[in-house]
Amino acid sequence: MKLGLKSNIAKSLLLARWKQTLVAAIGVTFSITMFITLLSFMNGLNDLLDGLILNRTPHIRLFKEIKPSEYQAINLSQEYKKSQNFIRSIKPAKSKNELRNYEAIVQTLKNDKRVLGFAPKIVAQIFYNVGATDLTGVINGVEPEEENRLFKFSEYIVEGNYIDLKNIPNSVILGKGLAQKMLTEMGAIVQVTTAQGQIVKLKVVGFFQSGLQELDKVQSYASIKTTQKLLGKSTNYVSDLQIKLNDMTIAPALAKEYQAIFDVDAEDIQTANSQFETGSSIRTLISYAVGITLLIVAGFGIYNILNMMIFEKMDSIAILKATGFSGNDVKSIFIRIALTIGLVGGLFGLLFGFLLTAVIDQIPFDTESLPTVKTFPVRYDPKYYIIGALFSIITTYFAGFFPARKASKIDPVIIIRGK
Amino acid sequence: MKEIVLEARNISKEFHDPVTIQILNNVNFKIYKKEFVSVIGKSGCGKSTLLYILSTMDTEYTGELLVDGMSMKNKKEAQLALIRNEKIGFVFQFHYLLNEFSVLRNVMLPGLKLNKYSEQEIEQRAIEKLRILGIDKEALKKPNQLSGGQKQRVAIARALINDPLIIMGDEPTGNLDKKNANIVFDVFKELTHSFNQTLLIVTHDQEFAQNTDRIIEMEDGRIIKQ
Ligand SMILES: Nc1ncnc2c1ncn2[C@@H]1O[C@H](COP(=O)(O)OP(=O)(O)OP(=O)(O)O)[C@@H](O)[C@H]1O
Ligand SMILES: [Mg+2]
Repeated sequence: MKLGLKSNIAKSLLLARWKQTLVAAIGVTFSITMFITLLSFMNGLNDLLDGLILNRTPHIRLFKEIKPSEYQAINLSQEYKKSQNFIRSIKPAKSKNELRNYEAIVQTLKNDKRVLGFAPKIVAQIFYNVGATDLTGVINGVEPEEENRLFKFSEYIVEGNYIDLKNIPNSVILGKGLAQKMLTEMGAIVQVTTAQGQIVKLKVVGFFQSGLQELDKVQSYASIKTTQKLLGKSTNYVSDLQIKLNDMTIAPALAKEYQAIFDVDAEDIQTANSQFETGSSIRTLISYAVGITLLIVAGFGIYNILNMMIFEKMDSIAILKATGFSGNDVKSIFIRIALTIGLVGGLFGLLFGFLLTAVIDQIPFDTESLPTVKTFPVRYDPKYYIIGALFSIITTYFAGFFPARKASKIDPVIIIRGK
Repeated sequence: MKEIVLEARNISKEFHDPVTIQILNNVNFKIYKKEFVSVIGKSGCGKSTLLYILSTMDTEYTGELLVDGMSMKNKKEAQLALIRNEKIGFVFQFHYLLNEFSVLRNVMLPGLKLNKYSEQEIEQRAIEKLRILGIDKEALKKPNQLSGGQKQRVAIARALINDPLIIMGDEPTGNLDKKNANIVFDVFKELTHSFNQTLLIVTHDQEFAQNTDRIIEMEDGRIIKQ
């Protein structure tokens, strides 16, 4: 039997009830449109929020924490070897929070294929002097170029140029919130006091805005050299090493590895930002849930129209069977009807979804904390379109399956006798 | 030796709703090729029930049905559908034409399902059948644009499309007035004489029955005379 015949019959039945068919198809279109738009928008938002943190967070951070030694004197004693020793009030020795073997670490990282790049950093507590008051804060000593290459430093600079940190000695880029508190402007000189009590004057060459206001109120950036001078340290003093990997997912394993090799503390991004992942996955989950709910509702629409069609076409089904169409033929006719509704509705849904996403992409979205974002964030990803298409076919198939099975089981004798 | 087209062997059937009653009781008969047979009997004696069994649509019976020498026992639904498609033409009291399709397409559908000929050939054959029944001019109309008699003739053309072994009719003239009933009857006559078509027609019309080759008379689920 020709494939065309069943499709032909399906088409005729569809066209005979084209208004209801259209309504059912619009239901699918609507749900797929919403599904695509929602996923694109939610994931755009995810990307944006992830970018806030993830772009700027190293995949692995190597540092030396000031903490008491895990290996205490009592452990040396033969006498208490087998006992459980409780020690109270231990204090850290005067060890520094400096990365020792810095040069060796750098050499190893350079040769490690898994590493995309790394940038040294000094994080130091300081006081910003404003008149008679001191504001506590943090100064980050960075290598501006590397910092920009790996962590998109320039994206957060709202005034000035990051490269000035390198070119102008004793310069600083202040957080926007901090600058407002200090009432400074570009080119002004600010005074800071280090934890060791040293007072230094720095020239303001820019302002940054990270998107996290709490950060902007306390942080500032200077070059590594400036910071080393500020702290009175030698030129190989570095407190942190920020590593970016080619594949972020291996960060936890690699962090452990480095921790063992270099005898330092290593923190991976997944551990540092676990709460962030959760937020992203919940947003994605919500979009899927809403999309699927809409599709199921559309599925009921298709189910209804098919049931109605079958009820109306009892006679036709009976005569088709009497003249030699099998139950399976009848079933496949009605499944074809359902799939046609699903395919056509779904296709338009994908198209409208794309258009709506494109419209949202154009809507202005200005926010203080996100200087680089000008319109609503969306993510265009073929994955959503494939999932949307699959969902629309699967739901319409199931919506059609049960009425179609019912139609295939219609007993022509009962219908014909009923006349 | 005449060729047997259809044979009923001890066919019995009972309904269990609401109480068990025997509707058909050991029905035995043979239909030979080129025969025009009519079935008569009082209302409720089981004529339609018998015809549904003979047409393979009803499979709940005891005894044996042979179509073209082949037993219909233990055949699957799809196999029976194929046999109906190829070998049996059915005309009901009601025409059962599909209003979504033109008259021509309605006639063609079982032919397309059988898929023995190309679509063009089937169309030619359908026009030919309509011409035999004198309604080829209506080929492109929709069924709901035809008169009752015309519709019934389209239904006969549809039954003829695959050149079936036998055409069965359950009171095919029951819904028609005298004039249209006569036209349909003449069509049947013409089919047996000119085209050697085997026919098995259930009717209430004594005059109709008298003009057929053989009358099977039923009463209370039995054949009392043939
Ligand atoms: N589904 C059913 N359940 C129970 N009894 C039924 C069923 N269908 C038919 N019957 C009974 O079977 C008997 C035979 O019915 P059938 O339709 O075969 O009669 P008939 O000879 O065709 O009558 P008519 O000439 O009026 O068409 C009737 O008494 C009817 O009540
Ligand atoms: Mg009857």
